Amino acid sequence: MADTQLAQRTRTAQFEGQIRPRFSWFTDRWIAISFLTPTMLLLLFISIFPLVWSLYLSFTDWSVIKDANTAPQWIGTANYLELLTDNRTWQRFVVTGQFVVPAVVIELLLGFGIALLLNRKFTGRGAIMTLLLIPMMLSPIVVALFWRFMMQGDGVLNYYVVNLFGLEPILWLSDRYVAPWSLVIVDVWMWTPFMMLISLAGLSAVPNYLYEAAAVDRAGTWFRFRHITLPMVMPLLLIAIIFRTMDAYKLFDQAVVLTGGGPGRFTQTASMYLYDVAFGQFNTGEGSALGYIMLIVITALANLLIRALNATKST
Amino acid sequence: MNYEKKSLANRIGFWVVLGIVFFFFMFPLYWIAVSSIKTRTDVISRVPSYIPYTQFQPTLDNYTSILLGTTIESDTGVRASADLSVFRDRLTNSVIIAGLSTLLAVILGTLAAYAVSRFHIRGESDLMFFILSTRMLPPIVVLIPIFLLFSNLNLRDSYPGIILLYTTVNLPFVVWMMKGFFDEIPVEYEEAAMIDGYSRLQAIWKIVIPEAIPAMAATAVFSAIVAWNEFVFANLLNRTYGATVPPWLNSIIGVGAVEWGRLAAASVIFVLPIVIFTFLVRNYLLRGVTFGAVRR
Repeated sequence: MADTQLAQRTRTAQFEGQIRPRFSWFTDRWIAISFLTPTMLLLLFISIFPLVWSLYLSFTDWSVIKDANTAPQWIGTANYLELLTDNRTWQRFVVTGQFVVPAVVIELLLGFGIALLLNRKFTGRGAIMTLLLIPMMLSPIVVALFWRFMMQGDGVLNYYVVNLFGLEPILWLSDRYVAPWSLVIVDVWMWTPFMMLISLAGLSAVPNYLYEAAAVDRAGTWFRFRHITLPMVMPLLLIAIIFRTMDAYKLFDQAVVLTGGGPGRFTQTASMYLYDVAFGQFNTGEGSALGYIMLIVITALANLLIRALNATKST
Repeated sequence: MNYEKKSLANRIGFWVVLGIVFFFFMFPLYWIAVSSIKTRTDVISRVPSYIPYTQFQPTLDNYTSILLGTTIESDTGVRASADLSVFRDRLTNSVIIAGLSTLLAVILGTLAAYAVSRFHIRGESDLMFFILSTRMLPPIVVLIPIFLLFSNLNLRDSYPGIILLYTTVNLPFVVWMMKGFFDEIPVEYEEAAMIDGYSRLQAIWKIVIPEAIPAMAATAVFSAIVAWNEFVFANLLNRTYGATVPPWLNSIIGVGAVEWGRLAAASVIFVLPIVIFTFLVRNYLLRGVTFGAVRR
């Protein structure tokens, strides 16, 4: 079908084109330049320039409120030294890490498990899968809103905690030990489908003859999983882990709606701390420095993960 | 892996586990949807009710109230926690901003992707990595300078500012996705057309673009969802004019007693386009969520 349309289009090209190709002065070189320029300009202007600017600001004590009409004062690495010697900064990174690691690990295990479950033919597979993928497409704000509604003191979750399990109501969002896990639960709900989707792609790419060969050799289920499935799926799983880690590290929206960083500062992530420094206290210079510290941490982390990915690919 | 050969116990076990998984992921969605058609009394009732007409009497009051600004009779005597009447304006803003920024991102990004895919460009892989790296930044890092930049240029509280910003946010994604798709369209198509007398631009317009339309549509859907859902920048930049839905949803909670019924209705309206879009692009989801890195 598509081929016949194409043939028709090429045929019309013969008749239309022979007279005089329009825009013939527009050589490939000019086309390449003019196609790339708008994109590059926007990226330079709205991504790179701000980044350079904030690098400069991070070496100043400028405040957008107090010093609106004065030039930034260069103070060297003072912001960085102050932040790195401040216990609060480290605490925010610990909070972030304590969210990222369990969230990504649980999402990976759960998502991979569900993918193993779904990796067979059954009625309604397409519809069920698409429905399961909805959470990751939603706005983090809306997701957090749904869960805040369910997790509030007299919400639906506590109704069952009390009436089904006979326990005391759980302070999902205001207990300092529970609230970080509530953030993890919500993130798991939202992003397990992502892990599932990528795992399924990996599983369906494992050639069947490998399993048949293993069956001939009377290999056990565990052996097949350990020596066929896992190595074949591993590179894709690592890509998924990289995506999720980098994304979870930025956690902001969900935490703002669910806990607002509370109780106290027990769920205040690095991103939320930066927001507070830059737009709560209006220490613009210090906020920029914190941004760069975040950037260095995530770049290092991404490099480690990508190295792990390349290692599995080469073996 | 033949399903028919599995034992009965295996099949029952499969459906039970699938049922639990399905329940976990669908319950919050169902709960919000069902709450949006409840009266205030039913919403705040301690005993949860799930089935309309048998457990509670459904009503569309929340929807009419949020969309038409009408008051609900049971409201008398209860102080509204926040201004719920602005939802319609916010929704319009969200549609305009997500729509225009997506259109721009897809047009500009597709052009750039075509250039990278078809022409020999020095340092091509460096260029692609540079484009990708701008997307991998935590948005919060560029939030400060963007705020200052937009303040200086009077782009805060405006449509052009946030539209250009979302265009830039989505450009790396569009370039990567569309480059992947263009790489899959054989160069021979254009070459044949150009031998037959088309200029390069004519070949692009009449041969390549028609082939790429489904991919462009899928890419557009993903970009639109990103712009539609964005919160951090919207919350900081557009507070009075051109404000979108996500910051509004956030602002409502935390102010006194929350009108959960109407908030649920607003959420359903806000989320419905995404659910529909997800079904429309379900075959592209894998590519879409991995920047085109994983294909099938």
